[in-house]
Amino acid sequence: MTRAALQALLSHWVRSPFQLAMLLAGLALATALWSGVQALNTEARTAYATAESLLGGGNAARLTAPAGQIPESEFARLRRAGWDVSPVVEGRMAMGQTRVTVLGIEPLTAPAGGTSEELVAPDVTDFLAGLGFAHPQTLDEIGPRALDLRPSQAVPVGTVLMDIAQAQALLDKVGFITHLTLAPVQRDGLTPLATLAPDLRLTPPEDGADLAGLTDSFHLNLTAFGLLAFAVGLFIVHSAVGLAFEQRRTMFRTLRALGVPLRHLALLLAAELALFAVLAGVAGLALGYLMAASLLPDVAATLRGLYGAPVPGALQFNPAWAAAGMAMTLAGTALAGAQALWQLWRLPVLAPAQPRAWAHAGMRSLRLQGGVAVVLAITAVILAQTGGGLVTGFALLAAALLAAALIMPLVLAGALALGQALARGPVAQWFWADSRQNLPRLSLALMALLLALATNIGVGTMVSSFRTTFIGWLDLRLVAEVTVTPRTPSEASALQDFLQDHADAVLPTQRMDARLAGQPGQIYAMKDHATFRDSWPLLDAVPQVWDRLAAGEGVLINEQLFRRAGLRPGTAMLDLPELGGVPVLGVYPDYGNPRAQAIIGQDLFRATWPETPISQFALRSETPQALIAVIQDEFGLPSGQITDQAQAKALSMSIFERTFMITGALNVLTLSIAGIALFAALVTLSGMRLVQLAPLWALGLTTRRLAALELARALVLAGLTLLFALPVGLMLAQILLAVINVQAFGWRLPLQLFPADWARLALWAGLAVLAAAVPPAYRLWRYGPNQLLRVFAHEK
Amino acid sequence: MTSALTIERLCKTFGKGPDAVQVLDNANLEVPQGQSLALTGESGSGKSTLLHICAGLEPFDSGKVVLAGHDIADADDHARATLRRGTVGLVFQQFNLVPSLSVAANLSFQARLSGRHDPDFVAELAQRLGIAQLMSRYPEQLSGGQQQRVAIGRCLAARPRLVLADEPTGNLDEATGDAVLDLMMELAAQAGTALLLVTHSTRLASRCNARVHLRAGKLQVPV
Amino acid sequence: MKNKPYSPIVGRIAALFLLMITATQGHAQGFAGLGTTADGFAVPERGRALDFPQDHGAHPDYRIEWWYLTATLTGDDGHDYGVQWTLFRSALQPGDRAGFASPQIWMGHAGLTTADNHFAAEKFGRGGTGQAGVTLDPFAAYIDDWHMRSRADAGADPYDRLDIRATGPDFAFDLDAQAQGPLVFHGDQGYSVKSFDGQASYYYSQPFYDISGTLHLPDGPVSVTGQGWLDREWSSQPLSDDQQGWDWFSFAFDDGHRMMGFQLRGAQVFTAGTWITPDGAATPLPAGALQFTPLGTERVAGRDVPVRWRVDWPDGGVSVTTEPLNPQAWMDLSVGYWEGPLRFSGSHTGRGYLEMTGY
Repeated sequence: MTRAALQALLSHWVRSPFQLAMLLAGLALATALWSGVQALNTEARTAYATAESLLGGGNAARLTAPAGQIPESEFARLRRAGWDVSPVVEGRMAMGQTRVTVLGIEPLTAPAGGTSEELVAPDVTDFLAGLGFAHPQTLDEIGPRALDLRPSQAVPVGTVLMDIAQAQALLDKVGFITHLTLAPVQRDGLTPLATLAPDLRLTPPEDGADLAGLTDSFHLNLTAFGLLAFAVGLFIVHSAVGLAFEQRRTMFRTLRALGVPLRHLALLLAAELALFAVLAGVAGLALGYLMAASLLPDVAATLRGLYGAPVPGALQFNPAWAAAGMAMTLAGTALAGAQALWQLWRLPVLAPAQPRAWAHAGMRSLRLQGGVAVVLAITAVILAQTGGGLVTGFALLAAALLAAALIMPLVLAGALALGQALARGPVAQWFWADSRQNLPRLSLALMALLLALATNIGVGTMVSSFRTTFIGWLDLRLVAEVTVTPRTPSEASALQDFLQDHADAVLPTQRMDARLAGQPGQIYAMKDHATFRDSWPLLDAVPQVWDRLAAGEGVLINEQLFRRAGLRPGTAMLDLPELGGVPVLGVYPDYGNPRAQAIIGQDLFRATWPETPISQFALRSETPQALIAVIQDEFGLPSGQITDQAQAKALSMSIFERTFMITGALNVLTLSIAGIALFAALVTLSGMRLVQLAPLWALGLTTRRLAALELARALVLAGLTLLFALPVGLMLAQILLAVINVQAFGWRLPLQLFPADWARLALWAGLAVLAAAVPPAYRLWRYGPNQLLRVFAHEK
Repeated sequence: MTSALTIERLCKTFGKGPDAVQVLDNANLEVPQGQSLALTGESGSGKSTLLHICAGLEPFDSGKVVLAGHDIADADDHARATLRRGTVGLVFQQFNLVPSLSVAANLSFQARLSGRHDPDFVAELAQRLGIAQLMSRYPEQLSGGQQQRVAIGRCLAARPRLVLADEPTGNLDEATGDAVLDLMMELAAQAGTALLLVTHSTRLASRCNARVHLRAGKLQVPV
Repeated sequence: MKNKPYSPIVGRIAALFLLMITATQGHAQGFAGLGTTADGFAVPERGRALDFPQDHGAHPDYRIEWWYLTATLTGDDGHDYGVQWTLFRSALQPGDRAGFASPQIWMGHAGLTTADNHFAAEKFGRGGTGQAGVTLDPFAAYIDDWHMRSRADAGADPYDRLDIRATGPDFAFDLDAQAQGPLVFHGDQGYSVKSFDGQASYYYSQPFYDISGTLHLPDGPVSVTGQGWLDREWSSQPLSDDQQGWDWFSFAFDDGHRMMGFQLRGAQVFTAGTWITPDGAATPLPAGALQFTPLGTERVAGRDVPVRWRVDWPDGGVSVTTEPLNPQAWMDLSVGYWEGPLRFSGSHTGRGYLEMTGY
């Protein structure tokens, strides 16, 4: 019985291969987008875990010196006092054809549990003698090399792990270490560090390279997009499954009349769906993997540029990711098929085989949808009022988008009714009435289109707003014509002396790590100079802010710190190490920096932390290229240590562009899926519309005219959807700019409108809709009399 | 008396080669203006095909079909559609109505298409067809008989020169069918409309002015 | 006894120190004429006179070296105790350099044995930074906060009085050791042959310490007194390919004599020893003079270890059987071995220490 029944059920798909293709394509695309995004996230998280576990996980506290480096004798002194500390030397340097982070560890005292331990152990004597490890990708980037480096996936991309002695030599830091890691368990009864080494600062473990925490918002962004794309894909599946059920009602009736139990039938149908889900899921996983592999280099570049997170550009296959993707596909299919199965369950054995016209049932469900939409809209308003938290922000986003999507059919129905009321002439009236009647059939696809369009508008508006603001900000921030990075403190002082005579102005950068309002951050020194007074952008400031800053009377903070800690200039105080509470004088935008930052006057900085080396010089010059040449001649600095303004801007812009490249790519993919959804809906509808259109043909409307009307209908519906998507997209942009960005990155940007972008989107959407609507319309146009007459034919 | 429909030496074959079936073999027919003609024949004899050819819905192999003075062999698709809109009225056994339009809109639809809309006439038709109380309903809310009456009303409302009806009362019970047919004949007579009625019922056929029988592709006047 | 998971790195490093007890890379005796191994390490030479205090310090040109103190102690609670303090040196390359670039690797071991417990701890470090090493003036051998420091009077041999300290996770000790006799040289004036192939080390001892101090145990401090024995040994390629491990004994006879004896187990058992009179006169015991007979094994740390022995020196009229204070005195460290105090009886009575490796 099972076999016969299954054969009967599956015969439907053999006869409707297009429907089957749509169902599988929808599922596969949904799976691909979701799992592709998850693959990116998994890869990145794995990379963070690699980075953190390299040196014994995130549970080791660090000891650092304000001066930036510690004499290695301090290490011995603390060990001799019984403290279990291990030295680390870390620094950037040019190696082969790239720049790398050289990480030097001392394997004999390194805290237990790091992956470096497993890596180094088998060849520890070679390691001590100079063997190093690096990610295969890093080795490729370095190219030919003198060092003995071995490939290992356990080392973060861009890092070369080696023995501390060799690292000291390479980094020109012989006799010094960058920091000490403190083993989590120490013996009782030791002299306290505060007494033993008052100059060293203890950094708790969580302040270290907590990349997972820093990048959470970025990954949440990706996940949200993945979920959106998945939802859009499920629209296709839902409509395909629903249609297949409706078309097979006669078959269900016959099968049940022939004695197949309802439960059995339902199980068979569920099994059929599961089979499709598995087939499409496998294809989707493969597609998702390809998508992720092609997007990963950009994502990795973003994460490196924005957060300094070492993510490799090559994707590893991860079974956990594949399993999760497949589970998501099965769950999504179950969700999409649940309604159809439920209908089958409630269907009387001898239900009318003729699919009932759906107009009135459709209107009822439209009203129900409207109700849900109103509830969601109210939820969104409440969420917007209560605010707080990135997850709340995304919940707000989801509620608002879903409310808009659910209410849209009602809005469209209203618009079409209006059109009908205004229409003169029978064909025009029929056009509107018919569009209205078919709206429930198309509404799922139109909702998908709405989501895709609104997302496009919203994200596009956000990115464009950001770009405009960012470029203006860069022009103000990157005033210095040349930037020079000394390699050692001695080179820094030599440069300082030399540059006084050669540059119009020398603006040294000094900085130190510090906790600011409880967050890891940095304090910078700012020289009192016209360059800053004239152009340093400020969002908010007290009067005479520059005079007061120069006089050491207060601190400037970045927007991120301002928003997270709520420190208002003029009233708030910021606690700084050594200095205690310092008045907040102003807030400056600091795009692209995930951490808190504060600026104090150079004099105050140098008085407070005299040991701090100069990490960089910003130089003003009328003749920057000549200045660069002079510096290179005098100091032999590699080109990586000297940057001109144009280079710096280009670098910043490339980081910026890559940050949003992934969202752009997902945008395009989502729009494509919506186009496919519309295509699927229109094609399946066209098959059912023969009965509706044949009488009109018989009444004297040519198939050509009917086809033109069908095209017009698709364009009108898409146009109305686009009109509706515009305010929805702007609302989305506002939520992104005012809620999500503030939570995720710590900065808020003004919303700007870019109508030219909308026009471009309208054009693309119009083309997508035409591409979706032309094939079924063309088929209608080409219908012969036989096909149309069959509708009226006698039962012979 | 002018002719509403003239058919001369009409040939139509379905299929090709040994499987070919010639449904019309040099058929000749004339329906004068204001007259009614019943076309009878066995199931599958080609009655509906003949009707569809007359309406310009189906192409034919050879011969001549003149519809209210227009030779449809010369007419292109557009011209045939124009003929269907303004000159001919069609009533099928089922699926006559535009599902997205209300009964009222369906009733007046063809009259408006042909530019001969007369609201008073439509109202009178609705009264006489017994569907006046159904005007705001939609086709799927009607019974088969009600749908058929709306279809007949729609056809008559456009005042066509020729009504082509394919088993128009097939869905109706005998009494209603008779009443509807009476109305059709009466209105056709009033408006000078000719009526070609395809049916397999000799009882209905006997009520028409004339009757032809289709057998083996030949039209014969029964004795 | 604690079972702490050892880092694989220190495990590998500790393996470097196993050079003494397992077959090693190329024993380059063929280069003995040049006085170096194939990779440039110096090789002990017969007849070279040891020179003090310099030879108390480190010999970075030799591959391996140790400062090894054992002590048999009695607490004011009346119980027997044993203590071991060792600093091992292993060179990746001959010679030394400043800072982390130093090729000298140091390993500290500390053990404390009671009748029903055995504590062990270890330390690792690199020379060159001051974390671990040996200084001569004043003498100190140290790694992290462990040390063996000279407290001898000016002009006296630095080993005459030592201050020894070590701490583990659950134990610690502070000892004061005063030598009651002269240094003793094993083999041929300190040139100690270790196999029939001729591998040898420099080897001398200070076996005459009187010790007092404090043991810090989980139950609280215990004041102790007793006797100690310091071994100094360095070499570059001491063992033969087939030698699997050794059993080393130090005996302090109740009559004031001392005796050191060891056997290297291999295809052929190689034995050697030194008979020491109370005034420090040493007689080397040639290969075969001593006989070591295991008297049954115990299951220790998952292996069968012969913790009771009969030791015979027929020519000297010595025949004693040993009884460990704690048969489970396993040094459960990156490199595991058995090391603990014992008492012996038979022809003579007294206390001693036993080290067994390669089980």
